[in-house]
Amino acid sequence: MFSLDLLANAVTAGILLGGFYAAVAIGLAIAFGQLDIVNIAHPAFVIAGSYVAYILNARFGLDPVLVGVMVAPVFFAAGAVIYRIYYAAFERTGQESLSGLAFFFGMMFIIEVVLILVYGVDYRLVSADYIGMTIQLGYVGIPLRMLVPFGVAVALTVGVYLYLSRTFMGRAILAVAQDRLALQLMGADPVRVKQFAFGLAIATAAIAGSLLIIIGPVEPSVGRQYIGRVFAIVVLGGMGSIPGMFVAALLLGIVESLVATFMGPSWAPAVAFGVLLLTLALRPSGLFGRA
Amino acid sequence: MQSRSGSMLYLAGRALGVLFIALALTGTALAQQKNPIKIGFSMALTGALAGAGKGALIAMEIWRDDVNKKGGLLGRPVEFVYYDDATQPAKVPAIYSKLLDVDKVDLVVSSYGTNEIAPAMPIVMRKKLVFPSLFGLAVNDEFKYNRYFQIMPAGPDPKLDWSRGFFQLALEQKPRPQTVAIVAADAEFALNAAAGAHRNAVGMDLKIVYNKTYPPATTDFTPIVRAIQATNPDIVFIASYPPDSVGMVKAANEVGLKAKMFGGSMVGLQFAAIQKNLGPLLNGIVNYDFWVPEATLNFPGVKEFLAKYQEAAKGKGVDPYGHYLPPFAYAYLEILGQSVEATKGMDQAKLAAYMHKTTFSTVVGKVKFGKNGEWEKSRMLQVQFRDVQPDNLEQFAGPGKRVVIYPKEWKSGELVYPYKK
Repeated sequence: MFSLDLLANAVTAGILLGGFYAAVAIGLAIAFGQLDIVNIAHPAFVIAGSYVAYILNARFGLDPVLVGVMVAPVFFAAGAVIYRIYYAAFERTGQESLSGLAFFFGMMFIIEVVLILVYGVDYRLVSADYIGMTIQLGYVGIPLRMLVPFGVAVALTVGVYLYLSRTFMGRAILAVAQDRLALQLMGADPVRVKQFAFGLAIATAAIAGSLLIIIGPVEPSVGRQYIGRVFAIVVLGGMGSIPGMFVAALLLGIVESLVATFMGPSWAPAVAFGVLLLTLALRPSGLFGRA
Repeated sequence: MQSRSGSMLYLAGRALGVLFIALALTGTALAQQKNPIKIGFSMALTGALAGAGKGALIAMEIWRDDVNKKGGLLGRPVEFVYYDDATQPAKVPAIYSKLLDVDKVDLVVSSYGTNEIAPAMPIVMRKKLVFPSLFGLAVNDEFKYNRYFQIMPAGPDPKLDWSRGFFQLALEQKPRPQTVAIVAADAEFALNAAAGAHRNAVGMDLKIVYNKTYPPATTDFTPIVRAIQATNPDIVFIASYPPDSVGMVKAANEVGLKAKMFGGSMVGLQFAAIQKNLGPLLNGIVNYDFWVPEATLNFPGVKEFLAKYQEAAKGKGVDPYGHYLPPFAYAYLEILGQSVEATKGMDQAKLAAYMHKTTFSTVVGKVKFGKNGEWEKSRMLQVQFRDVQPDNLEQFAGPGKRVVIYPKEWKSGELVYPYKK
């Protein structure tokens, strides 16, 4: 069954899928990788983003990606408020490890239940002109349903990376990730910096959610299937490394796609997570992590 | 004098009337105060199957209200005791244990779907209860429990009967298809469907060129569809769950799949929201179904039931038309209710014996169970999507969009072959 065109298509599909994974994982790379906040509810925020995209798409015909960008500031504000609660309740008293995990676990259920109560449990989908269209480049077919999320994910990753590396607040976020006390000694408020960073992480979930609903239908609990995958991507990339996260997401996507094409889709998660384990065995700090 | 006696008579008459009404009201109140008959079940009210599970619950509540309006069962009101299993099979055994040991329900029925029914079986069997079940595929093949009654019209050999129509239709075409690809989700229902499809394909001398499963958390189906395309099958049989079905249909369109017949066992293509979103991409697909609004399936009571369901479903975020599961969720309780009334009690052995020997009249037509608790005769429909227009939900309310092409006695049209002609 092996052929070059099949290989080229599988790699292309894997890159596109990996891009989408990166969009989902980038918020967690900030929250978990840089702030040490085990935000297990991140995929639930992504689903909330999907629902907002669905509502505005269904009511006003707005493009889902546009909706994602438009509502990102609202998600940012929500993230900032949630961090304040998390800080006051757990982080300040040093109980963030187990109690904090329970907090975000609870938050995940709250988001799901609210979505169920308000919008029910039926599958939600969006319409856009490009969904269903395919660009043919030689013998490689590129579905726009996957290409658009990939393009947005690349832009999002580059944007977050540049922000973190080139701006004052971005560098402060990196600094708080490395040495909170040193930052405090320099007169900066680490809580405010972390609050801003967590808001940024949740804002990316709005955009990732709009991409998810372009790819396929969503219902309130569908985010759970991404929990393991996005944490694996962040760890594989090297905790807190945005480029590492992106490369890890692409790697996972490509491996999944190649295995699904040539070995059988059932093997895809096992082989992908096998790659994760192997990489961590050889390089415990992840692909781009500091040893 | 005459006028005085007249007014006395008038007053006495009124007093008697008031007394009669008071007695009637007291009687009703007493009937209502009788111990209710408690029916227990778990249901997928959250999670992946919640869309169908909530629709089923609405239908079940309509039955309960209909029965209670008529005075209940055996003169006792009917109550439900149910818990959300969150579409997680692991939660089901604990729910049924609680229903039976703590809530002390009188009767049990199943949750929705194969994956949720199978885990309840050992508990129900231990208590020797009749178990009307809702859309489990070949669950009793393993348990062989003689008090299991399946409302889904799969037929006496459910794994085979499930896809028999799909393959028979294919073989009637000219030129006769030679090769088939089979792909299924890694979950109980889909694997059962795929196993039956495999046996049908082998039995009908079709060469299986692709036979794989995929994990339920798959995001992108284009690599799978491309791999199928590379094997160049004449027909493609898919056993998938709702989000996967959407992914498969979109991927098949994007890849330009060249199969002549596509579909088979795709859950989700029966749901109005998904039908609306996929629109013309559905045209030509041949898929299983149980009830569609075609003239050949206009059973007594089904339209009245659907009118009630559609009213109750408004604003609840469930399928607005309820063609797929709700009539059957109503029917499996109709059967249980009719059996309780006929046997004048809840003796489980008597109920089981009655359910085995009786042909029931329900909103989904006549139902007669075979020895293994499946329908004695299969009524698995194969329908083909026709002339579906973009972005139009209302088109699916009436006939013409899902034409019944199998079996003969229920069909409302002929198969258009090949796929996407």
